[in-house]
Amino acid sequence: MVSTVNTLEHKQAEPVTVAYEHPFVVRLAHWVGAVAVLVMIGSGLQIFRAFPSFGPKIPQQDFWVPPKAIALGGWLAGGIQWHFTFMWFFIGSGLLYVIYQVVSGHWRQVLFMPRDIKGVWPMVRHYFLFGKKPPVQAAYNPLQKLAYTAAIFFGLFSTLTGLVLFKPVQFWWLTILFGGFRLTRIWHFVSMCGFVAFIIGHLIMVALHGWNNFYSMITGYKRDPEYID
Amino acid sequence: MSDQPNPPQPEEQVGPLERPENGGPSADAKPEQRSVTPQCFGPAGEPVREVFGAELKHMNRRELLKLVPVVALGAFAVPKFQLGLLNEGLGFSDWASGKLFGRYRLAQTFSNSELAPLSRFPYNYYDVLSPDVDLSTWTLTVEGLVQRPGDYKLAQIQAFPKVVQNTRHVCVEGWDVIGNFGGTRASDFLRAIGADLTARFLEVECLDQYYESIDMATVLHPQTLFCYEMYGQPLPPGHGAPLRLQMPTKIGYKQAKYLDTIRVTNVLKDGRQGYWEDQGYDWFGGL
Repeated sequence: MVSTVNTLEHKQAEPVTVAYEHPFVVRLAHWVGAVAVLVMIGSGLQIFRAFPSFGPKIPQQDFWVPPKAIALGGWLAGGIQWHFTFMWFFIGSGLLYVIYQVVSGHWRQVLFMPRDIKGVWPMVRHYFLFGKKPPVQAAYNPLQKLAYTAAIFFGLFSTLTGLVLFKPVQFWWLTILFGGFRLTRIWHFVSMCGFVAFIIGHLIMVALHGWNNFYSMITGYKRDPEYID
Repeated sequence: MSDQPNPPQPEEQVGPLERPENGGPSADAKPEQRSVTPQCFGPAGEPVREVFGAELKHMNRRELLKLVPVVALGAFAVPKFQLGLLNEGLGFSDWASGKLFGRYRLAQTFSNSELAPLSRFPYNYYDVLSPDVDLSTWTLTVEGLVQRPGDYKLAQIQAFPKVVQNTRHVCVEGWDVIGNFGGTRASDFLRAIGADLTARFLEVECLDQYYESIDMATVLHPQTLFCYEMYGQPLPPGHGAPLRLQMPTKIGYKQAKYLDTIRVTNVLKDGRQGYWEDQGYDWFGGL
């Protein structure tokens, strides 16, 4: 039988091991969120350019002027237009993801718990210091859980601090909670830095793990998943 | 995992193997020929399973097509659609801002010790730092849906109870400053001149050709002032002498200075929203 078909068909006739890793809702939230967070960072830096300081206006001491090349929108109003449009995609994709994870119960695979703490260092050693790969115990390793949980935290933190900057009077209790308007600008900036750190780490890991892993965030299916040994 | 017995495969997991697409394997491919994977679960809690390569290709294609709507976000990158879409987004934010606005929710007030000194109270101007205003002949022109339109002298506006408040002024650029403001409650003045308080907007025109429009809910907010004093002194020229709007529930560019004409209306004149709004800033500008 095998001799009568060409190699490709033969390959297609062979069974392969697959796991449906990322359901549609997760992939949708991931890609909408990915676009949204990049737009929010670029437009946020544009807005920051208008007053690149965390102190008073008089006298003004600049903290850091983001280069025009990474600022989205051309000028302040353009930056605000992007920011005020994509904040809804940002919040929407985040809510969609969190609600889905809670309803489906999959949050248990992602949420970093105290018991994961001891597993972080071995993973860091493996990735960055050429250590031995720790045995695979769950879908996500402790370092992954830490990274994903941190990203969700930054999402929540940037949304709440953003609400204060958007409506400091209407959300006066949040304004007080974060220590006032001026301090909240710092928190909002810090949450952006957190996202940038996560994105850099995330992209490095995606690059290291190759096409097969990347493709699973597009179609949901991963061939020969690594947790089968 | 090798010490676990192979569990019997449920019916639906065998399914994909039986009907591969596009001339896949024939009847020769019987389930017995496969090595059966032990039960194992991915991050979505779905069991790891075995399918034919052809079937996986089909499954991948189907899932890929489901994500096509995300490509619609690419419309934001098309110059032809970009401005329209961003205006929709800005409009949606303005709509949400209107819904979030509490008519009786007061902006935080501050103690005198928290005030920035007047010399460190910044002001932006778009054209001239201070237009030529003859304070001796200045009047506020009132038009539109009011029972007693006409020209009002500053003394007539100052005849109402003076409200003094230490509130935060927030500029769209991102800086903020706490200042001391004194003036007449806008709602007191509008009631006295018989304005239609169910109208939608208060339009203002300024001596430096600046113009603004404010939603009536904000105009009637108890902290919205026709402001003629800062730090107990008549309004300085740079801050809009003799009369300006002061609304702690609005962002800086809404606080029009050098008031000349106010108009109560349901329709914005020439569709003009405001000097900066007509260039792309959001209209509601609520804090």
